[in-house]
Amino acid sequence: MSVEKFLFYVFAAMLIFASVMVITRRNPVHSVLFLVLAFFNAAALWMLAEAEFLAIALVLVYVGAVMVLFLFVVMMLDIDLSEMRAGFMKYLPLGIGISAVMVVELLMVVGPAYFGLDKYAAPAAKAADYSNTEALGTLLYTEYLYPFEIAAVILLVAIIAAISLTLRKRPETKYQDPSKQVTVKKEHRLRVIKMEAEE
Amino acid sequence: MIESMIALWESLPVIVQILVKIVVIVVPLMIAVAYYTWLERRVIGAMQVRIGPNRVGFFGFKLQGLGQPIADAMKLMFKEIVIPTRANPFLFVIAPMLTLGPALAAWAVFPFDENLVLADINAGLLYILALTSLAVYGVIIAGWSSNSKYAFLGAMRSAAQIVSYEIAMGFALVGVLVAAGSLNLGDIVQAQAGSAVHWFWLPLFPLFMVYMIAGVAETNRAPFDVAEGESEIVAGFHVEYSGMTFAAFFLAEYANMILISALTALMFWGGWLSPFEGTFFQQYFEWVPGIVWLLAKTFVFMVLLLWFRATFPRYRYDQIMRLGWKVFIPITIVWILVVGLAVVYEMPWWFD
Repeated sequence: MSVEKFLFYVFAAMLIFASVMVITRRNPVHSVLFLVLAFFNAAALWMLAEAEFLAIALVLVYVGAVMVLFLFVVMMLDIDLSEMRAGFMKYLPLGIGISAVMVVELLMVVGPAYFGLDKYAAPAAKAADYSNTEALGTLLYTEYLYPFEIAAVILLVAIIAAISLTLRKRPETKYQDPSKQVTVKKEHRLRVIKMEAEE
Repeated sequence: MIESMIALWESLPVIVQILVKIVVIVVPLMIAVAYYTWLERRVIGAMQVRIGPNRVGFFGFKLQGLGQPIADAMKLMFKEIVIPTRANPFLFVIAPMLTLGPALAAWAVFPFDENLVLADINAGLLYILALTSLAVYGVIIAGWSSNSKYAFLGAMRSAAQIVSYEIAMGFALVGVLVAAGSLNLGDIVQAQAGSAVHWFWLPLFPLFMVYMIAGVAETNRAPFDVAEGESEIVAGFHVEYSGMTFAAFFLAEYANMILISALTALMFWGGWLSPFEGTFFQQYFEWVPGIVWLLAKTFVFMVLLLWFRATFPRYRYDQIMRLGWKVFIPITIVWILVVGLAVVYEMPWWFD
């Protein structure tokens, strides 16, 4: 067994272990940390497939930013787990049914009938100076320019929508204007008055 | 003699060679970190007209207190590691390692000279960005697992601050990679070749300022040290830590400061390139190895970070957020546009 194959199985096993832990841990903070581990292993698998840009971007975006915000929110929640687990047995048969349907559908779409090794042979390994970043950039900004730009615009609209929906104007809150604060002068704050000394 | 040593080196397995190279990078780094703490106390002492540590030396000589970092390290090593009641012991112990790990791993792609780099990878800049963004996990996990209100408040402050400044920092680096046309750190330095005015500090001056200030915020240093804020929340995320676990946080903070200084020197101040390149003095300084220039530039920024700490009062939290989101991010976006136009129209001096 080659080193790559061995590493692939190690990372794949860790990925599955971490994913199972995400949904079985009782403490939500532990679940989020296992999700971070799962992202790391997925990044390692992409690295093995010579997609170094995607692998590092996964760590940078998901582990470095998205999961930090997840952790931020989850830590502040006070979740009563016994209450959440109360209906577990009741909904179990329905849950198993839905997941079975999803597994069958997935197998029909991406099963060996369409994505077997005979349909798509493993690509040859690229040379050491092959730049995944450059290849991705060239494709994104030539062939897939419109889908890429449209996706960016949709995300921008989503950001603006989310902010405008949650933004609350609170007239009673006092805001400070730093530019006014730094330009403040002695005359604005202090008034020297001359008055007669009282007897 | 030399040939036999090269032959011996090449007969070693690759993994041993890599391990030796890692040791060669990490040991001087750790010594630099130890003496950076000494330098900080002496420099800030001088700025505040005090003396600073000048007693501990070696073999009865005081040597301006050069033995102080060693004495501090010894003291911390022999102290007991107290784990608070109802803390999460596993996460409590692993948090300092999670902070220190990325701070050391980022040096793997750092080029010290033209051919002096451990891993010369294409996406070096991305790798550095990804690893520096991981440091926040140690802080958050430390604050949460300590089961302490002050530690938790420090972790919350730190998480929000680091995530906010990472965006400005990332955009500043996007400007660098647009100007250099490469993600490889070695190529970024080569793109600055010419003379001291060809270095990127001039065309990318706003990005350099943003990177430097965001770097101070990312390392939780004064004036952005609200995560520790000793007058408000005791010591923030590491209030429950003692002994070697506390020392690991300390080491990581100073290793990150050295990394930020070195990266500033590399990306905006020409890295290992000589400042006399292209001038009359060039012939007299040919013999200086490139790593000397790099270390000298790094040292300037390291002292600058200490100077910041001695000079500025701590920022208020809402002003930190305003600076990050409403000032730095617009500046970087505008300047990326400017740099993009300059590269497309091949502006003379830098991009022709």
